[in-house]
Amino acid sequence: MNLQDGVKARFIPDRLNSRLSGHLKSWETLLLAVAVVVFVINSLSSPYFLDAWNLSDASFNFTEKGLIALAMALVIISGEIDLSVAAIIALASTAMGYALQFGVGTAELVAIGLIVGVLCGTFNGVLVTVMGLPSIVATIGTMSLFRGLSFVVLGDKAFNGYPTSFAFFGQGYVYWVITFELVLFAGMAVLFGILLNKTNFGRAIYAIGNNPTAALFSGIRVARVKMILFMLTGLMSGLAAVCLTSRLGSTRPSIATGWELEIVTMVVLGGVSILGGSGTIVGVVIAALIVGMVTFGFGLLNVPGIVMSIFIGLLLISVIALPIVYRRVRKG
Amino acid sequence: MSVMKKLLTSAVVAATMFGGAASAEEMRIALVVKALGIGFFEAAAKGAEEAAAELGGVEIIYTGPTDTTAEGQIEVINALIAQKVDAIAISANDQDALVPALKKAMDRGITVISWDSGVAPAGRQMHLNPSSNPLIGNMIIKLAADHLPDGGDVAVLSASATATNQNIWIDEMNMVTGNYPGINVVATVYGDDLADKSYREAQGLMASYPDLKAIIAPTTVGIVAAAQAVTDAGKIGEINVTGLALPSEMAGHIDSGASKSFAIWNPIDLGYAATMIAYNLATDKAVAEAGKSIPMGRMGDVMLDDERAGAMSDPFVYDASNVHDFKDIF
Repeated sequence: MNLQDGVKARFIPDRLNSRLSGHLKSWETLLLAVAVVVFVINSLSSPYFLDAWNLSDASFNFTEKGLIALAMALVIISGEIDLSVAAIIALASTAMGYALQFGVGTAELVAIGLIVGVLCGTFNGVLVTVMGLPSIVATIGTMSLFRGLSFVVLGDKAFNGYPTSFAFFGQGYVYWVITFELVLFAGMAVLFGILLNKTNFGRAIYAIGNNPTAALFSGIRVARVKMILFMLTGLMSGLAAVCLTSRLGSTRPSIATGWELEIVTMVVLGGVSILGGSGTIVGVVIAALIVGMVTFGFGLLNVPGIVMSIFIGLLLISVIALPIVYRRVRKG
Repeated sequence: MSVMKKLLTSAVVAATMFGGAASAEEMRIALVVKALGIGFFEAAAKGAEEAAAELGGVEIIYTGPTDTTAEGQIEVINALIAQKVDAIAISANDQDALVPALKKAMDRGITVISWDSGVAPAGRQMHLNPSSNPLIGNMIIKLAADHLPDGGDVAVLSASATATNQNIWIDEMNMVTGNYPGINVVATVYGDDLADKSYREAQGLMASYPDLKAIIAPTTVGIVAAAQAVTDAGKIGEINVTGLALPSEMAGHIDSGASKSFAIWNPIDLGYAATMIAYNLATDKAVAEAGKSIPMGRMGDVMLDDERAGAMSDPFVYDASNVHDFKDIF
């Protein structure tokens, strides 16, 4: 990449830039087209795909990861990353299971899950904003720390025996085949969309992602915004922990292993620049749908999981390469 | 754009290919394993195919997640429920976390059994253990006795003194030692499943008991260390090392003669038996109730206990005649 490219990349800001706005729009259109194509392929290749209950079951493939991806998108847009999210799930779930031994009820369990999530996020935030550590390093560290704590508490044991009412979050239906998790994901997507696009806070995230120094000089409290974003990611991880623990009905320290990469994949596939500064919630939501449908479609055909990983990997590489190639080609 | 197009085209091609492969068999039995790409489970799949060929009209869906997580297995189970398979036979990554998903499968009329690594009773109709503690206890002393027609001193090299499995097996062994006249168990020592400590304990046994004829190690770490110690002491032929081990680790010691035979479950038999049970339950030829038995083809019958679990058979004996067929498997 020559200097001019670098300068150009710096100017990729947000949707106020009209050319970028067009580009982003076409990006989401492209994603939507991919989603439709995946849907059609799945429908044609398996007679079992177009079934309300099956699709409802399949939605679990992405709802919990999608919840975290919404918050992760904001973190990545701000130029940071949080790789400890799956480990936060493990620690929050372990805390809930631990509290369960003392006979606490469903409401307290949920509260504990969310609070542990926020505390973990706060810890990440302090490491990044107060101590000034690069977020990728800090959260790789806390990834081992949080999961390590779960292993210390649980070893090779498991917590189970969650109350029946607790099962609603991960196994409950709001109406017919519409699961609670799906409704939660949809609701959260709308909230995050509003937060990112319709509030000063959202504008500040884009500004920080594009140029933290300029953002600071324009009066944006960069450290505080980042701190809030890490806490928000922790909260969403805690929420995902509640849903996943409820769905599994048990806690093991290996819970949600490897999810952080799948979540980052969703975010990047959704068109969020890994360098920060651009991306939309709509894109992330469509990407979550695509990942969920591809996983389910391949599952219906009994394609080994490793082939799925290869496919998602190829999709990710092409998604990142596409804009770069496109820019090069247009430049001639 | 063209990259994406190509990708999608290949996806369509792949989908058609895989779609075409699924034929209209009468019955589909899914063999779900902890993770794909593990030799032990690939061998179990071979056994399942053998059972399918014997039964006829059965398609085996061999599947599992990429890594050994409960979440991954739940995704697989959901996809299998969606396909309306007739039976699911699973080796579980988590005995509790899979219960809700497997319950759903049973609610929708799918026969669910677990094998190898079990699911809690609420989440399956029955569980097939590869063997049982009494059978293992008997097998380890039998392995030593078979090569000692005139009897002799034998010693046990176990894992740690607190290792639950090993202690149960040794207790079971002591209960049946009377059935093997002339065999004296002179000592039990503990190598803590550490290679170096097990090696030293084996050396100690040879020094303390000059007439020792066999070392029984019901642990995969101990048996390899003991075989090495016997080899290094130049006592091959005098002392036979036996117990529970993996073929891949022991093939060399079988070749050298340090070990004449050892035992462990046979994954092929396990996959075969699980498939037979799933078939018999799905076709209502047998019921999974406490105290009832279910036929497993060439493996005989399995008797279910109060938790609807049963043991397949004696551990399978590996010696010079077959260890090389299995050493690449597990």
